[in-house]
Amino acid sequence: MRLPPALPALTILALLGPVLAGLWGTLSAALGHLPAAGLNGPSLIAFQALWEWPGLASSVRLSLGTGVLATVISLVVTMLLLAGWSGTRAFRALLGVLSPLLSVPHAAAAFGLLFLIQPSGWIARLLSPWLTGWQRPPDLLLVQDPMGVAMVLGLVVKEVPFLLLISLAALGQIDASRRLQVAQALGYGRVTAWIYSVFPALYARIRLPVLVVLAYSMSVVDVAVILGPNTPPSLSVQIVRWMGDPDLTLRTVASAAAMLQFGLVALAIALWFGAEVLLAQTGLRCAYRGRRGSHDRMVRAVGFVSGGVIVGAVLLGLIGLSLWSVAARWSFPDVLPDGLSLRSWQRNGTAMLPSLATTFTIALAATAAGLLLTLGCLETEQRRQLTLTQKGLWLLYLPLLVPQTAFLPGMQTLLLNLDVDRSLGAVVLAHLVFVLPYLRLALEGPYRTWDLRQAAVAATMGASDNRIFLTLRLPMLLAPILTACAVGMAVSVGQYLPTLLVGGGRVQTLTTEAVALAAGGDRRAIGAYALAQTAAALLPFALALAVPMLVWRNREGLHHA
Amino acid sequence: MKRLLSLALALAPLTGWANPDPSNWGAVLQEAEGQTVYWHAWGGSTATNDFIAWVGARLEEDHDITLNHVKLENTADAVTRVLTEKSAGQDEDGAVDLIWINGANFASMKDADLLFGPFAEALPNWQYANTENSTLTHDFTVPTEGYESPWAMAQVVFMHDTKDLPERLGSMDALLDWAREHPGRFTYPQPPDFLGTTFLKQALVDLSDDPEVLAPPVNEDNYVEVTAPLWAFLEELTPLLWREGRAYPPTGPRQLQLMNDDEIDLAISFSPGEASTAIANYQLPESVRTFVLDKGTIGNASFVAIPYNSGSKAASMVVANFLMSPEAQLRAQDPEVLGYGTVLDMNALPVHDRAAFRTLDLGVATLSPEELGAVQPEPHPSWMTRIAEDWVARYGVGN
Repeated sequence: MRLPPALPALTILALLGPVLAGLWGTLSAALGHLPAAGLNGPSLIAFQALWEWPGLASSVRLSLGTGVLATVISLVVTMLLLAGWSGTRAFRALLGVLSPLLSVPHAAAAFGLLFLIQPSGWIARLLSPWLTGWQRPPDLLLVQDPMGVAMVLGLVVKEVPFLLLISLAALGQIDASRRLQVAQALGYGRVTAWIYSVFPALYARIRLPVLVVLAYSMSVVDVAVILGPNTPPSLSVQIVRWMGDPDLTLRTVASAAAMLQFGLVALAIALWFGAEVLLAQTGLRCAYRGRRGSHDRMVRAVGFVSGGVIVGAVLLGLIGLSLWSVAARWSFPDVLPDGLSLRSWQRNGTAMLPSLATTFTIALAATAAGLLLTLGCLETEQRRQLTLTQKGLWLLYLPLLVPQTAFLPGMQTLLLNLDVDRSLGAVVLAHLVFVLPYLRLALEGPYRTWDLRQAAVAATMGASDNRIFLTLRLPMLLAPILTACAVGMAVSVGQYLPTLLVGGGRVQTLTTEAVALAAGGDRRAIGAYALAQTAAALLPFALALAVPMLVWRNREGLHHA
Repeated sequence: MKRLLSLALALAPLTGWANPDPSNWGAVLQEAEGQTVYWHAWGGSTATNDFIAWVGARLEEDHDITLNHVKLENTADAVTRVLTEKSAGQDEDGAVDLIWINGANFASMKDADLLFGPFAEALPNWQYANTENSTLTHDFTVPTEGYESPWAMAQVVFMHDTKDLPERLGSMDALLDWAREHPGRFTYPQPPDFLGTTFLKQALVDLSDDPEVLAPPVNEDNYVEVTAPLWAFLEELTPLLWREGRAYPPTGPRQLQLMNDDEIDLAISFSPGEASTAIANYQLPESVRTFVLDKGTIGNASFVAIPYNSGSKAASMVVANFLMSPEAQLRAQDPEVLGYGTVLDMNALPVHDRAAFRTLDLGVATLSPEELGAVQPEPHPSWMTRIAEDWVARYGVGN
């Protein structure tokens, strides 16, 4: 039976509608059309005001610099880890700790990191005063530094797990281990062999996710607020500030800056493409030279240490936050609090429950809707023998490549005009935009690699397409589907700007509450919320692992699906 | 009946028709029953959040009103929200029912006709309000005219860690002298943060020979001359600040954290009781005390206002009235809870309420009303806006 293309059409609408409409809203505001403030465009006043803002050069440099640097470092570390260690036992151990980190929300990780590395932080406390002689924290600009080093670090610790997991999914599709074997048989060292034979094929498959990391890092708000400099801040933080100013005309300046942000991301992507070409040429030249590079111990060590540092930083940060959430008095240079107190949990616990319920409701609804659409698309494409083209893939990634600050303000105005904002449904719709691409990414591989001969067997026994889909394919793909759902829910749990803007403040999730508290800076409350947020994101992953084990406990072959 | 009412509403072209009349308090109470109030208030302080939750519980008990605290990162978000709704033509049942507001945000909302009122002076508890205090009727010199109702008093105090800075500092010049000897041990939240801008205003008022000139709106003719002492002061102070002024704490509570981490020894606060409350909550060392400047410090009131398109105006007024009640005011002043100053006039209160206020222990680091001394008037809000802009241009984009 041929399915009508209704689901794919709906998917594209859900993906692109909000983005395009939002961009349109932002563009018209940037061109000075904002009836709310009594402004009727078109005019270039907003761009002129932006141009005259004294912090423009620094904040543009900061956005571009930190974004590109964070992406390059994340990619290099990921590749070093894979090149040096994939397939080893050490790698699997590291991975076991790294993958849960993927679901740690950015803000929570950034806060943990902040407490670790600031001059009055845990590392300084561990070394003081016996080693450093510091009775008081030194006056050092370690975080909020003008170069944004701390901010880059905060991004890297979150992006490496992301790239690593994406790469692992892709490695299965390119027969990496045999490529590596062949190259190693030719006498190449492990890392060199991997870079020459596996990396090019792998990169082609993870190119879009890498660009997502680039676009995200350039326009991130929460991490930049926590770890980034603020004299001036990065462009996206400034956009959010302007959006929130009581003077409404500044919203046009914010929109102009959002268009600039959009342009910057486009520029960075173009530069990235240029760099890809250069790298390919250099790589090719090196490959022709034929050096075997068999002494790669150093490189492997660097890769493993970086991976370890990342795991350690996030874990220690989270432990630090947990400790703060139960700390009584805790002053510098004490490594541990004077005493423990459950007061923060008592204070925040009851307030947390309703937002926890809202968080899960939204995450479940967005994931369920997304799953329906994604499976519908995959199945339709399968039956019509379509494959996702490169162009289609770009469409899928578009919501992740367009900076959130560029289209969400416009989307808010649009929903307001339709009188459906502030509702849970509208927030679910906004989350769907971000959940859909991840669901598709997570399901694409397992769905395509499912052995079609099984369907053929079933069909010869008279099963219809629908029956094959419902009773054969779906149950066999239970594990990857649940994992995809967990990814989708983690994405939804972590959404800050969409919830805040579309929810109009009435829809409160753990993340919006945590970031609002972050504004206050009460470490105990932040600790409690960051933990709850992390737990909320981790729980679905735990379920995704446990359920297939239980359901398929008597099906040996499905345990590795 | 309900259908008839909605028909009448549809036929009545003026939305004003449906607005509750605060002078008929019995009708307001009746209408308020069962309504839900979305109170948009800054959510960065655990103590304030707890207090608001308590207010909600009390109102549920007494009047069957559901109070939802929408925790804002920035009060301006709520203002923007109401403006967006107005431009989209959503004139009824908007997202915001009540805003914790003052200063520039109030001025801009009042200017744009975004507020419901006047209502404040018709509230039953207004009879206890300290109306001789001009900060209750003038918000940053802008007349409130009943469009917002006060619920807490704020006055600038400086918190000092007596372990490192045992003596109080009497003036901004004394602060600068101390900073010269102890570089890197003082900072203030980054303007345009409210508290950071307050520091700039306090410095300007203290350094100025004639603070009277700050009462009218900024005047281009004298702006440069009037603010010259402030900029000269900041030129000297900035390199002596924490991180040499290359980074600032983004908010007041983050500044408290710096003090708790012993990164700084001196910090500004806009709430005389904040230090005591923070000590009780382990957020500040026990050695912290507060002081005011010799010439006094600036102060103002915190208000709540009701947007013109709130769907629960009656219940919002009941909330505003409850906030001014002796019960709520007493609880807010308790340093174990909030430590906010009261807006009530002790002499207007019934005897037993007055006694309750008198016996309240204000906390180890809180100055007595006598020690707090005279409140200096706030400059006109246009000064704050202009100075914050100039500060950002000079120091906020330097890196």
